[in-house]
Amino acid sequence: MSTELRTAPRRPAELETALWEAVFAGDEYAATSLVQRALDDGVDPESVLLDVIAPVQFKVGEEWAANRMTVAQEHAATAINDRAVAALSLHPAARTAAERGRITVACVDGEWHALPARLLAEVLRLRGWHVDYLGAQVPVPHLIAHLHRTGPELVALSSSIATRLPTAHATITACQAVGVPVVVGGAAFGPGGRYAELLGADAWAADARSAADRIQRAPLARPEPGHQPIDDLPHLDDQEYTMVTRSRTSLVRAVMHGLDDAFPAMRQYNDLQRERTAEDVAHIVDFLATALYLDDADLFTGFIAWTAGILAARGVPAYSLPPALGLLAGELKDFPRATRLLLLGSDRLAGPSTPSAPSASARNQP
Amino acid sequence: MVTSTNPATDVDVQGSLWSRAPYPVLIADLQGAVVLVNEAAGALLPAARPGAQMADAVPDWLSSAHAALRIPRQGRVEEPAVWSGHVGDRVYEAHPTVEDSGTVLWWLVDTTDHRLAEEALRRERERTAFLGRASNLLLSSLNLDRCTNVTAQMAAEHLADAAVVVSPVRGNRLPIVTCLRDGSPVVASAVADPASVPGLVEALQGFPPVPTRWVDPRTVPEWVVPEGFGAPGSIVVTPLPGHGVPAGALILLRRADGPGFTPEEEVFARLFAARAGAAMSAARLYADQSAITEVLMRELLPPSLHQVSGVDFAGGYRPSEDHERIGGDFYDVHPAAAEGNPSLVVLGDVCGKGLEAAVLTGKIRNTLHALLPLADDHQRMLGLLNMALLNSHHTRFATLVLASAVREGRSVRMRVTSAGHPPPLVVRATGEVEEADTRGTLIGAIPEVRADSADLFLAPGETCVLYTDGFTEARGGPMGDAMFGEERLRRVLAECAGMPAESIVERVQMVAAQWVGNGRHDDMAVVVVSAPRSHHLSAVNGHTRGRFTA
Repeated sequence: MSTELRTAPRRPAELETALWEAVFAGDEYAATSLVQRALDDGVDPESVLLDVIAPVQFKVGEEWAANRMTVAQEHAATAINDRAVAALSLHPAARTAAERGRITVACVDGEWHALPARLLAEVLRLRGWHVDYLGAQVPVPHLIAHLHRTGPELVALSSSIATRLPTAHATITACQAVGVPVVVGGAAFGPGGRYAELLGADAWAADARSAADRIQRAPLARPEPGHQPIDDLPHLDDQEYTMVTRSRTSLVRAVMHGLDDAFPAMRQYNDLQRERTAEDVAHIVDFLATALYLDDADLFTGFIAWTAGILAARGVPAYSLPPALGLLAGELKDFPRATRLLLLGSDRLAGPSTPSAPSASARNQP
Repeated sequence: MVTSTNPATDVDVQGSLWSRAPYPVLIADLQGAVVLVNEAAGALLPAARPGAQMADAVPDWLSSAHAALRIPRQGRVEEPAVWSGHVGDRVYEAHPTVEDSGTVLWWLVDTTDHRLAEEALRRERERTAFLGRASNLLLSSLNLDRCTNVTAQMAAEHLADAAVVVSPVRGNRLPIVTCLRDGSPVVASAVADPASVPGLVEALQGFPPVPTRWVDPRTVPEWVVPEGFGAPGSIVVTPLPGHGVPAGALILLRRADGPGFTPEEEVFARLFAARAGAAMSAARLYADQSAITEVLMRELLPPSLHQVSGVDFAGGYRPSEDHERIGGDFYDVHPAAAEGNPSLVVLGDVCGKGLEAAVLTGKIRNTLHALLPLADDHQRMLGLLNMALLNSHHTRFATLVLASAVREGRSVRMRVTSAGHPPPLVVRATGEVEEADTRGTLIGAIPEVRADSADLFLAPGETCVLYTDGFTEARGGPMGDAMFGEERLRRVLAECAGMPAESIVERVQMVAAQWVGNGRHDDMAVVVVSAPRSHHLSAVNGHTRGRFTA
């Protein structure tokens, strides 16, 4: 925790290392002064945001997944990164006049990871857009009221958690219905943004820089009125998503009950342990529902493999996962799409373990 | 063709029948000579007499059809072809019957009215589709600028070569949106007198109702004609009816080299203007209303908190209804008037939720603000607030926590007092969570209130958490119906030891939000007071490098 650095780092890679150290140590002062100093030295503010702060935040997520950081450390690190962004936005080098159009940046309702959206908001601001940044978890009614009030050229919508995709779809549709096109980004939209097109987004971008480039390159066309969301996802006609979502609680209970019978040891669990197990089961149901919504098996099997990996990283054997999938399959035997997904999930667990980087993480799992 | 057993009478019968047939019939041979015409055909084509050449006797389209057909085509089945074209000012279809010899019998059918009806139907369908599309686009947005742009663009696409939407005068400026056909709307504001365009003043007033007004293109001022348009041939001004609110006027322009406006088109433009005007006035009303709401709401919104005099404050608020931004929970941080004195934190919960509860929170917050000079005497503050609430016409009551916090060295000294509210929780650096030892009666229900305060000391990195029961009483969890409860809240907080204040707020909010999922919940408010962990004061405004305190 040095307070006066004699030679300040200037190259993004050096800055990244220095910022990571400050963030990991929870040293807000070191983090913010590092950013200010870099800007004083003439480092491009956009580069500080995207080549220094963004990679550090990515590393925070990685460290958490590998169990090298606690939940508390992760939150603290994120808060400090956020302060670093705030320090940057107030620096004279980052002051720009809003000479382009107006853009709304928001996170999907239920999305707490605001930093990616915040980074995009700052980049757009640096490039001269008039940005309204609405922050984490924006309820759809607030977003739409904001669009009516301000009439922006487009909405940039961020989501990192795959289980928020049905909500993201509702949000995209609502924005388009009031005539505002939507560009989406974030890990939730899958590798290559495969779910973005499925959910009718007007554009997708892999990261803040390409999102800003895309927005700058050409205006997005106003969505045509009269679009019916069900046309995007005709498979929803079978009601499986609705049924699984609606019976989420009873499904979790049934599986917990079944696990009690299958594993007498589980009866010895204390309340906290039971709750954690129930939360894991609820997560499986949520991902199952999302995979049904998108009609995408990879989303479900990817999550199952990722969960097994996370449990392994935390030294918890994934022994309850296969029976949980089996019990769910028993409960949902009348639903062909759900049954197939659960079968594929079981196969994935039984197969050779492949190191998988989940596109859509359950990072916010307590 | 009808065949008969008696060829002698055949010709007569056929001849007389043909000659009196109501439809024109004409027979021409392989050489292109007319063989026979009936009365109707003779009347229609006076030059077509037996023996005349088709090329001289009938319109070109028919003679070339005959030329194409008269070559004998034995053994080949052809698709029956139909030709059509003008004869005079009418339109005819010609249906041929071809004999093996190459003689062709032409049946002519007058399809003029049919064509006209089809054309009218097509136009009507186009207009209905256009009005439908206009309604869809206009109804979808409550944003005035967007409605105005859509109006200009659609009018330019379908009604004229260019359109200008003029909004009611603002100051001495006339807000206008112009759009050329196939172009994008251009927003501008003209320093112009609306009286310079005949009929515009009346159209902008919206009352009395005025018809569409034809304007002499030579007399209009420059701003009416969009840049790059050229010379206008005809211009009409149509009011955009606003139903009590002036919505504006629509000016349609057509170029000098094109057709002018027909009366029918003018009527249609009025139909479009009616829809556009309704949408624009609805958008204007919405904008006015939301501006009023915004101003009224500003005082009721929870404040954004930050560091005050070396003590970290952070707050978070989630109303029970997602579409609202305020509710029955509230909090405030009042910085001390003088450096070295404690800041006062207030967090409370009015019975009830929604807008009415929010209005009462506003009154309580104002009252407490007035009582700030007494901030060091919590009991007295609560007593006075209690009297104020008892004397008001509200029948509601409230619970709240007062907390005074002041930096002492690297630590923070606090005094907290609960009035019928869940006592604050203290998160120690070790991860231990303690409940502050304070109890008291709620406010606004009984004449005498009693409360016991507790004194606390926060070492660097330690935290005091004030919350409302919206958290602890939230129902949900993986099994669906469990209460979040104080135990679970303590467990969450224990994991938050040493975290920055706003991260703790975020963490608690996030866990609670996941607990309730899509279920119903009460208002949830939380304020975190922390002794900063770092020995620097945070760079509050982000510019200064912070300063040392110890």
